[in-house]
Amino acid sequence: MSLEDKVKEIIVDKLGVSEEKVTPEAHFIEDLGADSLDTVELVMAFEDEFNVEIPDDDAQQIATVKSAVDYLNKKLKEAE
Amino acid sequence: MCRLDNKVSIVTGSTRGIGKDISLEIARRGAKVVISGRDLARAEEVKGEIENKGGKAIVIPADVSKSEEAQNLINKTLEIWDQIDILVNNAGITKDNLIMRMPETDWDEVINVNLKGTFNCIKSVTRQMMKQRSGRIINITSVVGLMGNPGQSNYAASKAGIVGLTKSIARELSSRNITCNAIAPGYIETEMTKKLDQKIKEALKERIPLGRLGQGKDVAKLAAFLASEDASYITGQVFNVDGGMLIA
Repeated sequence: MSLEDKVKEIIVDKLGVSEEKVTPEAHFIEDLGADSLDTVELVMAFEDEFNVEIPDDDAQQIATVKSAVDYLNKKLKEAE
Repeated sequence: MCRLDNKVSIVTGSTRGIGKDISLEIARRGAKVVISGRDLARAEEVKGEIENKGGKAIVIPADVSKSEEAQNLINKTLEIWDQIDILVNNAGITKDNLIMRMPETDWDEVINVNLKGTFNCIKSVTRQMMKQRSGRIINITSVVGLMGNPGQSNYAASKAGIVGLTKSIARELSSRNITCNAIAPGYIETEMTKKLDQKIKEALKERIPLGRLGQGKDVAKLAAFLASEDASYITGQVFNVDGGMLIA
């Protein structure tokens, strides 16, 4: 499973939305109905799944599906 | 009697006083209890007492005023028991003095243990409770935090702070089925209140409508209820266990 697919799976699971809605541009709060706690939980789930630590400042930049995928790609490359 | 079978619980400052009584009470109702505090020998005694009565307990020492120790307390508990259902923030100290004579260090120390310690433990346990979609947080405040007391400005401020913290956490985490309540004991017979001057004690008794000091178990029984399923619709509240001292 690609990183993008895994990220999508986590979003579907955590936010309880259908897969079609999880487009790259989809905004967690505005488009997918997340509240502020949901976004924190998403970040925590990313941390657990990809075994990375996401500082608060970075977490605030992760607001859309694409921004999450890009951020995690970058983070994992750094870790290599 | 509401049961707490196999609920994993952490009680901070449970080596003596009210914390010890809460630990014994919830263990009696079937909870698995983490005994925590700074005095390892006494923690082991409480553990032994619980085990002698057929309960389950472990000891994890922690100075909750230090965030890394609070985090360690949560992590170790999860390593051993995989979940955390109940957190009782009970650890507290007094350093009484009139404001004019109170050293800054006494102010800091009391705020750090009582208020910041409560914050540290809640912050560390939240991740797990959010994942579980359930949790009970019970903070021990004090009647003094609600009415003030000469010579206890640091203690009263820390306990009033816990009230605001409790209500905010209750609002923040309610959507995840995590409740947060506070208990405000009045004058309970513990080592902490033993330190009080005899004259002050007599004067206090006169202000208690029920005419006697409370016992740790009076507080412990309410804590056990708030930790149980029966209290699932109660959050953000402060309950006085004070013999009527604060009847408005």
